[in-house]
Amino acid sequence: MIREFSAADLVYLAAAARWTIALALAAMLGGGVGGLLVAVLRIVPFPPVNWLAIGFVNVLQGTPLLGQLFVFFFGLPLVGITVNAWTAAALALSIYSSAFLGEIWRGSLQSVPHRQWEAAASLGLPYRHRLTHVVLPQAVRISIAPTVGFLVQLVKDTSLAALIGFIELTRASQIISSATFAPLSVYLSAAAIYFVICFSLSQTSHVLERRIHVSR
Amino acid sequence: MSLVELADIHKQFGEVEVLKGISFKQDRGEIIAVIGRSGSGKSTLLRCVNGLEKVQSGRIVVDGIEVTAPDADLNLLRQRAGMVFQSYNLFPHLSVERNVTLALTLVRKMGRDEAREVASAMVAKVGLADKLHAYPDELSGGQQQRVAIARSLAMQPALMLFDEITSALDPELVGEVLKVLESVAEEGMTMMLVTHEMNFAKNVADRVIFMHEGRIHEDGPAREALLEPRTAELRSFLNAVLH
Repeated sequence: MIREFSAADLVYLAAAARWTIALALAAMLGGGVGGLLVAVLRIVPFPPVNWLAIGFVNVLQGTPLLGQLFVFFFGLPLVGITVNAWTAAALALSIYSSAFLGEIWRGSLQSVPHRQWEAAASLGLPYRHRLTHVVLPQAVRISIAPTVGFLVQLVKDTSLAALIGFIELTRASQIISSATFAPLSVYLSAAAIYFVICFSLSQTSHVLERRIHVSR
Repeated sequence: MSLVELADIHKQFGEVEVLKGISFKQDRGEIIAVIGRSGSGKSTLLRCVNGLEKVQSGRIVVDGIEVTAPDADLNLLRQRAGMVFQSYNLFPHLSVERNVTLALTLVRKMGRDEAREVASAMVAKVGLADKLHAYPDELSGGQQQRVAIARSLAMQPALMLFDEITSALDPELVGEVLKVLESVAEEGMTMMLVTHEMNFAKNVADRVIFMHEGRIHEDGPAREALLEPRTAELRSFLNAVLH
């Protein structure tokens, strides 16, 4: 039976958007921790560890995210680990994000001029203080724009979880669309919701950049 | 007793030998100007003294600390031997005051209030009391370099190393930095400075070391060396710099 696209559907979409946000947040958190680890493993002066991290990054960056989702959702049960769609999606997106965030943060760390390390060392600061008080604060400022850029991408990438049956904004749109046969209205509404989420995210980037005072 | 001692220092970058056996001693309170053509190894020499560069062989002792020992406490050494760079290298994310107090609180374990007092006294000394709360990018090159000097002096080092600190400045800003250097010299600070300011070297330095192709080519009292150079190399270098 075909019904009209109604206000109730909009409420349903908004409710599903909570899962989009939840999934994005989980991936940001997991990817944030993992990304820090990747960045550190990329710069420690011990080549085997660097190679390991480079291999990880290359595999994750060089294969489609959808494929990675399938590996977690269909692959894990094959080795006896049962996962639901939420767990598989959160895991896959976290690992995917740690590769990208790790590279962004490594690049930011390395783009702070070497002279800053030397100036800090010349004042007698031990290595950890050179890092925490001189280099990191400057690296953080440099990393804000690319980090937020990636996170915006990540919000949209959560839509791939629809393909393993996780009901977030995109999957909800598919469901409503097949019931109402009003795909344009449904998907435009969904797009508007994605836009609101992403736009607020990128606005925080500008606020952050202004608040963290580094040479303008 | 000498404060700094270098014995047969050899330093290589890959295949290129930059320092080919450098030996000299510097007394407490002595001001040495290190001069020479670009590529003669003078900056490298300075960077070896505070351990920013590792040497291949030879021995460096600064204020009783053996810099070249494998287990040398370089962080302690660098509290005794401050360094100011050509490119100022202030920390851009910190105010002038915090640039100065950072090492005081983290390394010297000074309380915040005491560190602030030291900072404001040091910054006033280089003539920038009104810039205490400014950020580096709000200052001219000359002002930034004066802050860098204040930042190093605040640590009360026994030795100050100055690596071409006026070379990146616009000509009209050189004077204010040299004036600060002069006042530091008058207080009896032991100084080793790489410089192209021959007049300054002549008037302020006690001694001139002329580096040529990785070796000390001439070493003597500043006035004498600069007014009556003994070797043809120093003569031709001085001609090139002064004309």
